[in-house]
Amino acid sequence: MIRRYFFALFSLLAPFVLAACMSPPTGLDLSLKRPTEHSRYVVEVKSQVNPIAINKMHAWEVTVKLPSGEPVSGAGIKVGGGMPQHGHGYPTQPRVTKELGEGRYLIEGMKFSMPGWWELKLNITSSAGVDDVTFNTIVERQ
Amino acid sequence: MTRAGQTIMQRTAMKQTLKHTITLTIAAAILVTSAAAAFTWGGADGWSKQEIDVLSSLRLSQLAPAPQDPSNRYEGMPAAVELGKRLFFDKRFSSNGQVSCASCHDPKQQFQDGRALGLGVGTGARRTMPVVGLAHSPFLFWDGRKDSAWSQALGPLEDAAEHGGNRTAYAHVLQANYRKEYEAVFGPMPDLSRLPRNAGPLGDDRQRAAWNGMDEPARHAVSRVFANMGKAIAAYEKTLQFGESRLDRYLDGVVRRDMNAYQVLSPQEKNGLRIFIGKAQCVTCHNGPLLSDQHFHNTAIPQRSLAKPDLGRRAAIAKVVKDEFNCLGPFSDAGKEDCSELRFIAEEDHSLDAAFKTPSLRNVSLRAPYMHAGQKATLEDVIEHYRTAPAATVGHSELKRIDLSDREARDLVAFLNTLSGPVLEHGPATGN
Repeated sequence: MIRRYFFALFSLLAPFVLAACMSPPTGLDLSLKRPTEHSRYVVEVKSQVNPIAINKMHAWEVTVKLPSGEPVSGAGIKVGGGMPQHGHGYPTQPRVTKELGEGRYLIEGMKFSMPGWWELKLNITSSAGVDDVTFNTIVERQ
Repeated sequence: MTRAGQTIMQRTAMKQTLKHTITLTIAAAILVTSAAAAFTWGGADGWSKQEIDVLSSLRLSQLAPAPQDPSNRYEGMPAAVELGKRLFFDKRFSSNGQVSCASCHDPKQQFQDGRALGLGVGTGARRTMPVVGLAHSPFLFWDGRKDSAWSQALGPLEDAAEHGGNRTAYAHVLQANYRKEYEAVFGPMPDLSRLPRNAGPLGDDRQRAAWNGMDEPARHAVSRVFANMGKAIAAYEKTLQFGESRLDRYLDGVVRRDMNAYQVLSPQEKNGLRIFIGKAQCVTCHNGPLLSDQHFHNTAIPQRSLAKPDLGRRAAIAKVVKDEFNCLGPFSDAGKEDCSELRFIAEEDHSLDAAFKTPSLRNVSLRAPYMHAGQKATLEDVIEHYRTAPAATVGHSELKRIDLSDREARDLVAFLNTLSGPVLEHGPATGN
């Protein structure tokens, strides 16, 4: 019964609570550390600036480790992604410009041109094999 | 079942009902309160807190000063601004002596010409862009084929349909008429006395042959003078800024909770604004104080010629990357590290096929016709395009159909009329 009441209340309030703009899907996994699709690596990403400013170029750091926790050096990392709800990519082509040691790499050229849901896709190659990982990030309006 | 047992069950049931009622009341209270909080706390003139955050971001007062252009170290010099302004209005810098920058970028018309296609010594291929606020764009022109204001200014000078002139001709005119002013900013001019009157890498056959006949140091010296012309013009253009519009006065009032300002927009205009930031999602690309994300999108604007489609941004990337006047080129004042837009340019993005720059919407109603080749005559036509969201004939359109009533479409146009304001000329960044 309670569930029914909650449902009724939510139905009533939903039009007000949901923003009219294109909202990111609910339940999006926003974790910035996760295993790659075939579990060859565990990858962590983080922006070097916080909060992220719209249309300002900045750098991210990515850490690549084996599932055992051993850092992966000398990996080839391709950077891609964009806005799935708009069908466009990044306004720039970000790429790894530096290896920082301990499995850490610098991604320069990151830029978000609008608020909303962005995907950051990494394709990682090393002696442990090729694997992909996709991170979700929500860029807030300033 | 015993009576005692029944009583216990009744009590348990009563307790449960009570528990449910309390839980339900608390839950309802929380929901109603939070909903109320979202729409009344921090709200103003019918806007929720969340909407005010969006509205606040559109105010002109939120526009950060244009970033310095590291590739043009002269842009802050008052003498460069003064020289650039004179060059901007000087018709001698054209093949027929009748075209200046101001011919198409008319200060009386928002620094544009009101024509579907620019008209210089011939007819151009695209709509003249307003130069106001251009220093906020990392890439210039509808397709972003230039990466700085000074490099942009050089394009039309050598375009056969625009100024129609050539590099040595411009250097000669500059030396004959502006030598003192030029040298005060850029240092000594090279000796041009032995160089051809008309020569340039983009001219007609004779001009190109004359250019190729010059030795490399002479070509470099003339290109340096030409680049400096662009740097002076850019210094002047950077002083052109948008002034406050009615929307800014209204939004500043909403943010300050100043009820006197709530009358600045009519109910119809406010409804248009609500549609702009809401169901029509215009604000997705037309964001920030200039109402532009400064990026490139395919929105299925009709091609002028299907036989010779205009690929827009996609075709411009190779041009800007190899442009001798780009940020990484020999005439740039920037270090490699300063050229991140060029270093990280997106080269392989197919969503850029037939994509064109999101224009600023400031003063938009003063600037018909619309789109990159003036394909839409009125704002009503523009809104109609977004309502129907046709498929692109080249590439893929990002548009999704927007369900707007005729009245909502009119409200949206009414709102776009609130974005008009003056164009101001501010001194260089170092001055006032």
